[in-house]
Amino acid sequence: MAMSNSPAAATRPARWGGFTSRKLAPYLFLAPFVLLFIAFIVAPLVYAFYMSLYRDTLVGGRHFAGAASYIKVAGDAKFWGGVWNLVLFGIVQVPIMLGLALLFAIVLDRGQVYAKGVFRLGFFLPYAVPSVISTIIWGYLYGPNFGPFTQIAKAFNLPPPDFLSPGAMIFSLANIVTWEYVGYNMVIYYAALMAIPSDLAEAARMDGASPWQFARLIQLPLLWPAILLTIIFSINGTLQLFNEPYLMRALAGNTINSSYTPNLYAYSLATQNQQYGYAAAVSFVLGIVIAGASYIFTLITNRRRPEQ
Amino acid sequence: MTKIFNPLGRMMQRRDFLKVAGASVAVAALPATVRGAEPVKVVLWSWVPDLQLQVDMFNAAHPGIRVELVNAGQGKPEYQAVRAGLQAGSGLPDVVQIEYQLLETFRQVDAFADIGPYANAHKGEFPEGLWTQVAKSDVVNGMPQDYGPMAMLYHKDIFDKHGITPPITWAEFADAGKKIHAADPNVFITDAPFGANADWVLGLLWPMGWKPVSRDGDKLAININDKIAKDFAAYWQDLITAGIVETKPGFNNEWYTGLDSGRYATWLAAGWGPLFLTSVAKTSVGKWRAADLPQWDASKFATGAWGGSALAVMKTTQHLPEAAEVAIWLNTNPEATKLYTTKQNFFPCTNALLSSPQWAGDKPDFFGGQEVNKVFAKSASAVAPFEWSPFQDFLYQSMSDEFGASLGGKGTLSDAFDRIQDAVVAYAKEQGFTVV
Repeated sequence: MAMSNSPAAATRPARWGGFTSRKLAPYLFLAPFVLLFIAFIVAPLVYAFYMSLYRDTLVGGRHFAGAASYIKVAGDAKFWGGVWNLVLFGIVQVPIMLGLALLFAIVLDRGQVYAKGVFRLGFFLPYAVPSVISTIIWGYLYGPNFGPFTQIAKAFNLPPPDFLSPGAMIFSLANIVTWEYVGYNMVIYYAALMAIPSDLAEAARMDGASPWQFARLIQLPLLWPAILLTIIFSINGTLQLFNEPYLMRALAGNTINSSYTPNLYAYSLATQNQQYGYAAAVSFVLGIVIAGASYIFTLITNRRRPEQ
Repeated sequence: MTKIFNPLGRMMQRRDFLKVAGASVAVAALPATVRGAEPVKVVLWSWVPDLQLQVDMFNAAHPGIRVELVNAGQGKPEYQAVRAGLQAGSGLPDVVQIEYQLLETFRQVDAFADIGPYANAHKGEFPEGLWTQVAKSDVVNGMPQDYGPMAMLYHKDIFDKHGITPPITWAEFADAGKKIHAADPNVFITDAPFGANADWVLGLLWPMGWKPVSRDGDKLAININDKIAKDFAAYWQDLITAGIVETKPGFNNEWYTGLDSGRYATWLAAGWGPLFLTSVAKTSVGKWRAADLPQWDASKFATGAWGGSALAVMKTTQHLPEAAEVAIWLNTNPEATKLYTTKQNFFPCTNALLSSPQWAGDKPDFFGGQEVNKVFAKSASAVAPFEWSPFQDFLYQSMSDEFGASLGGKGTLSDAFDRIQDAVVAYAKEQGFTVV
């Protein structure tokens, strides 16, 4: 009887059970994700790394090469040329895209805009269009002989613009990517703006802050984490550019070659050159470049974070 | 005959089949499977539209074999799947659609079975030059299905307007271009998509006797920037510099409009070109005609080919005789091959069709009633053998990259050939070949 009287004994099984289920439950919920993550991200990564240590040759087949492929990537002008193309691309495109997104978000956040929902949806809609489709549409618009811009220029007897020339290509691609992703970034900023407590706006107004001062001194600092996030996303997205140049190649074969971007290069290496190991090494080095760029950026911004 | 199970019907089919089979060497191994209860399943990868029609004909004629048709993508995507299967050692079909230009590349990785013992009996049914695409002496790695001998399609209205007759030689072609462009700066003699369509460029180098990569075992002789290539480069560089040809990529809407509207006076096309053009140039019906490909030496008629594919049997197949029969029957049976020319709009491969009054005598309105097929059939008989490289997609990639770079301002086409030579030599050495 003593046993059953003891509260500890009575509750023990229940607590024990509660303890285990509480401990297991999160893993149970996480399991579907973890399993898919392992199957589709971790396992291919491990396999790709394994492959990158081997070299495939048409004569002699596959043999172990150690770090040889990585050493080769380090001095591969095609790979670094592609990275350089994207650095130029990013320096032009990312500030324009994020600047526009910020502007749209702040304007929409102000009360004075009519049909706010229409604009919000309108800005966001391009993001809902698959990048393959948007590139095909823009490719048509850019058409050097029969595209609408050329037709308009001809109607006014102006020289038609050549959006697909080697000099203009990077801007033409930047324009497509900006069109696609402004809305996406705008929604992130807009959500962050909505989260700013309204008493801050009220207080600022009472202290006589102009809308510009409110945006610069209150909204911008509070948006900083969201801006950082979008910049990291953009660095990632930029260095992995593939769909747009891949499809544009059909229209601008003289400008976009098989190593125009690092991803395009890795794709050509694997699918056309049958250099699977080297393609894997290129992909890994690209991953390291992206991680490095993101890390350096975070370091710099942490040091220069505006005081809140 | 109904599809419902009918023992008598099955018997009759079997007997018919054996009758048909008697003619074919392939069938030597068949009776065992025919007697078995289950037909042998042969998996066929092909991107050919409506091929199911021919497959149904095959299945009806072969009760012992059941062909299962899978579309694994057109060209590149299918090759990626085949390469993935070769790497994994599983998941491969028994019979596979491969373009002629890629056969050697897949031979290099030992992808195909030799169907020579079954196929050699059919050698005489195909043009000689075409047979060399699929066979090396007695070893046969594919059965020809469609073909792309080259000829010239031209806007008769533009030629008439400027008082030009179809050029016989390349020199005349250039003169015609100069004349047309001088009179109308918005018209170009043709579009030369050097940076995008390397297979087209190769089709034009072919009749000149260009031998970019010749092999002897693992030894390769690489002569990409030889005299032939340099002459070719100089000719086209002149036209490009003079501005009488454009170099826009082919096969996009801009280009189709360019052909349709008469911005381009000619298209240096292949056997599949007339019907393709009919489908993309809707407003220029009746304005087009076909003529022979311009010649370097008018006394020696020579052409090249651009495109076309074969059915090959994978080395990993467990049913070699049946798979070979699939590849052979689908490309030699008179009914099945005739259907390609009417249903799939293929340019035919068999001598019987190339000379058939029905096909060769066709007079499409699009070409003002001209017997265009005859022009291309003449070309088919003049296509010389060509030796493909064992890494054709790399060669094409280098050609596109370097021609594109030259047109984008990095030197001339001749410089591009030098750079391609260097790139291919480096690649070949890296791949373990001995470059001699």
